[in-house]
Amino acid sequence: MKIINEARLIFPSLSANESFARSAASCFAAQLDPTLEELGDIRTAVSEAVTNAIVHGYPDTLGDIVLRLRLLEGRVLEIQVKDKGVGIPDVEKARKPLFTTGGEERSGMGFTIMESFMDGIRVRSAPGKGTSVTLRKQVSPRMRG
Amino acid sequence: MAEERRAGPARMEVRLTGEIDHHRAGELMRELEDRLDLEAPREVELDLSGVGFMDSSGIALLIRVYRALALTGGTMLVTRVPKQPGKVLRAAGLSRLFPISYQ
Repeated sequence: MKIINEARLIFPSLSANESFARSAASCFAAQLDPTLEELGDIRTAVSEAVTNAIVHGYPDTLGDIVLRLRLLEGRVLEIQVKDKGVGIPDVEKARKPLFTTGGEERSGMGFTIMESFMDGIRVRSAPGKGTSVTLRKQVSPRMRG
Repeated sequence: MAEERRAGPARMEVRLTGEIDHHRAGELMRELEDRLDLEAPREVELDLSGVGFMDSSGIALLIRVYRALALTGGTMLVTRVPKQPGKVLRAAGLSRLFPISYQ
Protein backbone atom coordinates (compact mmCIF):
# COMPACT_ATOMS: atom_id res chain seq x y z
CA MET A 1 0.00 0.00 0.00
CA LYS A 2 1.21 3.48 -0.89
CA ILE A 3 2.56 5.58 1.97
CA ILE A 4 0.98 9.04 2.06
CA ASN A 5 2.53 10.36 5.25
CA GLU A 6 4.97 9.07 7.84
CA ALA A 7 6.44 10.10 11.19
CA ARG A 8 9.00 8.39 13.39
CA LEU A 9 9.62 8.99 17.04
CA ILE A 10 12.39 7.50 19.13
CA PHE A 11 12.18 7.61 22.91
CA PRO A 12 13.65 5.74 25.87
CA SER A 13 11.61 3.00 27.57
CA LEU A 14 10.46 5.21 30.45
CA SER A 15 6.88 4.65 31.57
CA ALA A 16 6.24 8.41 31.37
CA ASN A 17 6.46 7.98 27.58
CA GLU A 18 3.35 5.77 27.48
CA SER A 19 1.07 8.81 27.54
CA PHE A 20 3.41 10.68 25.18
CA ALA A 21 3.25 7.83 22.62
CA ARG A 22 -0.54 7.59 22.63
CA SER A 23 -0.91 11.38 22.37
CA ALA A 24 1.54 11.48 19.46
CA ALA A 25 -0.31 8.68 17.64
CA SER A 26 -3.59 10.42 18.32
CA CYS A 27 -2.28 13.72 16.88
CA PHE A 28 -0.97 11.94 13.78
CA ALA A 29 -4.30 10.14 13.33
CA ALA A 30 -6.18 13.46 13.54
CA GLN A 31 -5.48 14.13 9.83
CA LEU A 32 -7.97 11.32 9.08
CA ASP A 33 -10.66 13.03 11.15
CA PRO A 34 -11.45 9.89 13.15
CA THR A 35 -14.45 9.52 15.47
CA LEU A 36 -13.88 9.76 19.22
CA GLU A 37 -14.32 6.00 19.44
CA GLU A 38 -11.72 5.34 16.71
CA LEU A 39 -9.32 7.73 18.43
CA GLY A 40 -9.92 5.89 21.72
CA ASP A 41 -9.18 2.56 20.02
CA ILE A 42 -5.93 3.91 18.56
CA ARG A 43 -4.80 5.42 21.88
CA THR A 44 -5.56 2.18 23.71
CA ALA A 45 -3.74 -0.06 21.22
CA VAL A 46 -0.64 2.20 21.20
CA SER A 47 -0.62 2.27 24.99
CA GLU A 48 -0.67 -1.55 25.10
CA ALA A 49 2.10 -1.97 22.52
CA VAL A 50 4.39 0.64 24.09
CA THR A 51 3.77 -0.69 27.61
CA ASN A 52 4.71 -4.19 26.40
CA ALA A 53 7.98 -2.84 24.99
CA ILE A 54 8.76 -1.04 28.26
CA VAL A 55 7.76 -3.84 30.64
CA HIS A 56 8.70 -6.93 28.65
CA GLY A 57 11.14 -5.73 25.96
CA TYR A 58 13.45 -3.96 28.39
CA PRO A 59 12.68 -5.55 31.79
CA ASP A 60 15.94 -4.53 33.51
CA THR A 61 17.38 -1.82 31.29
CA LEU A 62 16.41 1.31 29.45
CA GLY A 63 16.41 1.04 25.69
CA ASP A 64 15.07 2.83 22.65
CA ILE A 65 11.55 2.38 21.38
CA VAL A 66 10.73 3.43 17.83
CA LEU A 67 7.16 4.49 17.13
CA ARG A 68 6.51 4.66 13.39
CA LEU A 69 3.25 6.19 12.29
CA ARG A 70 2.09 5.83 8.70
CA LEU A 71 -0.88 6.99 6.77
CA LEU A 72 -1.50 4.54 3.93
CA GLU A 73 -3.85 4.91 1.00
CA GLY A 74 -7.46 3.97 1.68
CA ARG A 75 -7.56 5.82 5.03
CA VAL A 76 -5.44 3.16 6.70
CA LEU A 77 -3.41 4.10 9.74
CA GLU A 78 -0.39 1.88 10.39
CA ILE A 79 1.39 2.02 13.71
CA GLN A 80 4.59 0.16 14.42
CA VAL A 81 6.18 -0.14 17.87
CA LYS A 82 9.66 -1.58 17.75
CA ASP A 83 12.19 -2.38 20.45
CA LYS A 84 15.63 -3.97 20.50
CA GLY A 85 14.97 -5.73 23.76
CA VAL A 86 14.90 -9.34 24.92
CA GLY A 87 12.30 -10.58 22.42
CA ILE A 88 9.43 -12.99 22.90
CA PRO A 89 10.34 -16.70 22.88
CA ASP A 90 6.83 -17.86 21.94
CA VAL A 91 4.72 -15.19 20.23
CA GLU A 92 1.65 -17.42 19.89
CA LYS A 93 1.63 -18.09 23.63
CA ALA A 94 2.21 -14.41 24.48
CA ARG A 95 -0.83 -13.43 22.43
CA LYS A 96 -3.21 -15.72 24.33
CA PRO A 97 -5.71 -13.92 26.60
CA LEU A 98 -4.65 -13.77 30.26
CA PHE A 99 -1.12 -15.03 29.54
CA THR A 100 1.44 -12.79 31.19
CA THR A 101 4.93 -13.00 32.63
CA GLY A 102 4.40 -9.64 34.30
CA GLY A 103 2.91 -10.78 37.63
CA GLU A 104 -0.24 -9.35 39.17
CA GLU A 105 0.45 -5.83 37.90
CA ARG A 106 -0.30 -7.03 34.38
CA SER A 107 -3.59 -8.48 33.18
CA GLY A 108 -2.40 -10.48 30.18
CA MET A 109 -5.02 -8.71 28.07
CA GLY A 110 -2.75 -6.38 26.07
CA PHE A 111 -2.66 -8.37 22.83
CA THR A 112 -6.36 -9.24 23.11
CA ILE A 113 -7.17 -5.52 23.31
CA MET A 114 -4.85 -4.65 20.41
CA GLU A 115 -6.52 -7.39 18.33
CA SER A 116 -10.06 -6.34 19.13
CA PHE A 117 -9.51 -2.55 18.86
CA MET A 118 -7.53 -2.59 15.60
CA ASP A 119 -8.20 -4.26 12.22
CA GLY A 120 -4.92 -6.12 12.00
CA ILE A 121 -1.82 -6.93 14.02
CA ARG A 122 1.50 -8.47 13.07
CA VAL A 123 4.06 -9.43 15.70
CA ARG A 124 7.67 -10.21 14.81
CA SER A 125 10.09 -11.17 17.49
CA ALA A 126 13.46 -12.85 17.92
CA PRO A 127 14.90 -13.68 21.35
CA GLY A 128 17.81 -11.37 22.12
CA LYS A 129 17.07 -9.12 19.14
CA GLY A 130 13.78 -7.44 19.84
CA THR A 131 10.14 -7.22 18.93
CA SER A 132 8.06 -5.25 16.49
CA VAL A 133 4.30 -4.95 16.67
CA THR A 134 2.55 -3.52 13.61
CA LEU A 135 -1.06 -2.44 13.96
CA ARG A 136 -3.42 -1.32 11.24
CA LYS A 137 -6.77 0.37 11.37
CA GLN A 138 -8.93 1.75 8.62
CA VAL A 139 -10.55 4.99 9.71
CA SER A 140 -14.10 5.41 8.46
CA PRO A 141 -14.89 8.32 6.12
CA ARG A 142 -16.95 11.08 7.76
CA MET A 143 -19.89 12.79 6.16
CA ARG A 144 -19.35 16.50 5.86
CA GLY A 145 -22.14 18.98 6.16
CA MET B 1 -5.71 11.12 41.94
CA ALA B 2 -8.08 8.99 43.89
CA GLU B 3 -10.25 10.96 46.23
CA GLU B 4 -12.23 9.21 48.89
CA ARG B 5 -15.74 9.87 50.11
CA ARG B 6 -16.79 8.13 53.30
CA ALA B 7 -20.25 6.68 52.92
CA GLY B 8 -20.74 4.77 56.15
CA PRO B 9 -18.60 2.40 58.19
CA ALA B 10 -18.87 -0.64 55.96
CA ARG B 11 -18.94 1.07 52.61
CA MET B 12 -16.20 2.94 50.82
CA GLU B 13 -16.62 5.08 47.74
CA VAL B 14 -13.61 6.05 45.69
CA ARG B 15 -13.72 8.30 42.67
CA LEU B 16 -10.84 7.59 40.29
CA THR B 17 -9.69 10.38 37.99
CA GLY B 18 -7.18 11.00 35.23
CA GLU B 19 -5.50 8.46 32.99
CA ILE B 20 -4.94 4.92 34.25
CA ASP B 21 -1.98 3.34 32.49
CA HIS B 22 1.06 1.31 33.55
CA HIS B 23 2.93 4.50 34.52
CA ARG B 24 0.26 5.44 37.03
CA ALA B 25 -1.26 2.08 38.09
CA GLY B 26 1.40 1.09 40.64
CA GLU B 27 1.01 4.25 42.71
CA LEU B 28 -2.77 4.10 42.46
CA MET B 29 -2.80 0.49 43.63
CA ARG B 30 -0.66 1.31 46.69
CA GLU B 31 -3.01 4.15 47.52
CA LEU B 32 -6.07 1.91 47.21
CA GLU B 33 -4.47 -0.91 49.22
CA ASP B 34 -3.65 1.51 52.05
CA ARG B 35 -7.26 2.62 52.19
CA LEU B 36 -8.58 -0.94 52.06
CA ASP B 37 -6.27 -1.90 54.94
CA LEU B 38 -7.29 1.12 56.98
CA GLU B 39 -11.04 0.91 56.46
CA ALA B 40 -11.57 -2.82 55.85
CA PRO B 41 -14.84 -2.06 54.00
CA ARG B 42 -17.47 -4.70 53.23
CA GLU B 43 -18.33 -2.99 49.98
CA VAL B 44 -16.33 -0.72 47.70
CA GLU B 45 -17.74 1.44 44.93
CA LEU B 46 -15.23 2.61 42.37
CA ASP B 47 -16.63 5.58 40.46
CA LEU B 48 -14.80 5.86 37.13
CA SER B 49 -16.60 8.94 35.81
CA GLY B 50 -13.41 11.02 36.02
CA VAL B 51 -11.22 8.53 34.14
CA GLY B 52 -10.32 9.94 30.74
CA PHE B 53 -8.28 6.97 29.60
CA MET B 54 -7.66 3.43 30.76
CA ASP B 55 -5.73 0.52 29.25
CA SER B 56 -5.16 -3.06 30.41
CA SER B 57 -3.19 -1.79 33.41
CA GLY B 58 -6.58 -0.68 34.74
CA ILE B 59 -7.94 -4.20 34.28
CA ALA B 60 -5.12 -5.58 36.45
CA LEU B 61 -5.79 -2.85 39.02
CA LEU B 62 -9.51 -3.64 39.29
CA ILE B 63 -8.83 -7.38 39.52
CA ARG B 64 -6.36 -6.76 42.37
CA VAL B 65 -8.90 -4.70 44.31
CA TYR B 66 -11.53 -7.39 43.69
CA ARG B 67 -9.19 -10.13 44.95
CA ALA B 68 -8.08 -8.14 48.01
CA LEU B 69 -11.74 -7.64 48.96
CA ALA B 70 -12.70 -11.25 48.23
CA LEU B 71 -10.13 -12.40 50.81
CA THR B 72 -12.18 -10.81 53.58
CA GLY B 73 -15.59 -11.52 52.02
CA GLY B 74 -16.01 -7.97 50.69
CA THR B 75 -17.53 -7.03 47.37
CA MET B 76 -17.03 -4.25 44.85
CA LEU B 77 -18.90 -2.51 42.10
CA VAL B 78 -17.66 -0.22 39.35
CA THR B 79 -19.91 2.67 38.39
CA ARG B 80 -20.30 5.57 35.91
CA VAL B 81 -17.76 4.17 33.46
CA PRO B 82 -17.11 6.46 30.46
CA LYS B 83 -16.93 5.12 26.90
CA GLN B 84 -13.23 4.40 26.36
CA PRO B 85 -12.62 2.68 29.72
CA GLY B 86 -15.95 0.87 29.20
CA LYS B 87 -14.78 -0.67 25.95
CA VAL B 88 -11.62 -1.93 27.68
CA LEU B 89 -13.63 -3.44 30.55
CA ARG B 90 -16.00 -5.13 28.10
CA ALA B 91 -13.11 -6.57 26.07
CA ALA B 92 -11.78 -8.12 29.28
CA GLY B 93 -15.19 -9.49 30.29
CA LEU B 94 -14.85 -8.04 33.78
CA SER B 95 -18.60 -7.98 34.42
CA ARG B 96 -18.26 -11.71 35.17
CA LEU B 97 -16.40 -10.73 38.35
CA PHE B 98 -18.30 -7.68 39.61
CA PRO B 99 -21.22 -5.42 38.59
CA ILE B 100 -20.32 -2.60 36.20
CA SER B 101 -22.57 0.29 35.23
CA TYR B 102 -21.76 2.55 32.31
CA GLN B 103 -22.34 6.26 31.68
